[in-house]
Amino acid sequence: MEDLNFQHTVGTRAGGSRRSAIIGVVASGNLEVLVERVLPDTECRLEIKTAATGFGDVWNAVIADFVERHSPGGLKFSINDGGARPDTVSLRLAQAIQLIEEDGQ
Amino acid sequence: MTAPIRHTVQFQAERAHATSFNEASARTRIELLLDAGSFVEFLGPESREVSPHLKIFDLPEQFDDGIVVGRGSLDGSPVFVAAQEGRFMGGAFGEVHGAKLIGLLRAARELRSIPVLILFDTGGVRLQEANAGELAIAEIMRAVMEARTEGVKVIGLIGGRSGCYGGGGLISACCSALAVSEPGRIAVSGPEVIETNRGVEEFDSRDRALVWRTMGGKHRRLLGAADVFSEDTVQGFRDAALELLGLVGTYDLGRLKAEHARLSDRLRSFGACEDAVDIWAAEGIADAEAIPELPADQFIALANTIGRTSHDAR
Repeated sequence: MEDLNFQHTVGTRAGGSRRSAIIGVVASGNLEVLVERVLPDTECRLEIKTAATGFGDVWNAVIADFVERHSPGGLKFSINDGGARPDTVSLRLAQAIQLIEEDGQ
Repeated sequence: MTAPIRHTVQFQAERAHATSFNEASARTRIELLLDAGSFVEFLGPESREVSPHLKIFDLPEQFDDGIVVGRGSLDGSPVFVAAQEGRFMGGAFGEVHGAKLIGLLRAARELRSIPVLILFDTGGVRLQEANAGELAIAEIMRAVMEARTEGVKVIGLIGGRSGCYGGGGLISACCSALAVSEPGRIAVSGPEVIETNRGVEEFDSRDRALVWRTMGGKHRRLLGAADVFSEDTVQGFRDAALELLGLVGTYDLGRLKAEHARLSDRLRSFGACEDAVDIWAAEGIADAEAIPELPADQFIALANTIGRTSHDAR
């Protein structure tokens, strides 16, 4: 297992009113993303625990791309990864932000 | 405000009809099984009650430890619900996973009037937490029986990828009633376990047709282990759960004695059968060989002509 942490400063707060959302499961080639609205509006943090060690550079690239596209201000992402490919990670992150930007609790 | 709510209810029903129970995640199963928007989770993922054991084995954790528990409503009436996620470690029971289900069953026991739906999807005990997992199975079985003794209906719904095996099979046998779909398998020892211990001549685990006709939903329904057969949609299981809640009677000594008599009869009638097909033929089904190929609606019609054999325990 490897722990990776990323912190980004972003321009805008993520939309919607939900406090938290979860998507995905921890299985081979899959991951779960728990997203919570707990940070100041200009911050975004990602905490990753991954079963595949040594892929820090790939995570860095995938997350930089995600932050640039979605500007997830105020959100903390906690990720349990079962060795997902970068495209699956991007998909789950996009699903997570879509869920938390819905209205509701 | 009525129009948007009606729209939501309709939309939810359409999704429940269109969604395979087998392929859905535990969370989607609960969302579409219960009344729209009624589910409230206990100890959700944000509370991060993860397994204390997996880290030792350098294995990834899941924030809900592979089981979603909470309350909601089914056709307007309150229910407790638990759903295992069969893709996380095969839906296996660990310490926290088990404790969440035990807590839910004990809450139901205290309240006496609210039924519990358990959406099984499990290979049994999580090997990395063997002792804690085995203890969890025993405590859950006790909690099911204590809840039932207080008048609580405990309904098992089985249609997940991992089936319902090992300790999960034992717990399902303690439930008031079970609904099963074709891909939902119920047994204690799985195919590979039987082959490893008893040899390939006893059970060839690679013979998928054999596995399905021995442990699959159709056979379990025909034997009376499962009370209702559902098509593989979340709506099918919602309807099955409602039907079973209306069907389950009181749990007492008389009912247990009747069930023991039924099981003795079953062993007398079918004990010499070599294969599930022989049992179906002995039950009087004209074209027993055709059962595995029957579509769900035709199978349900056939099973209903044979009648319900269960007496609230199996």
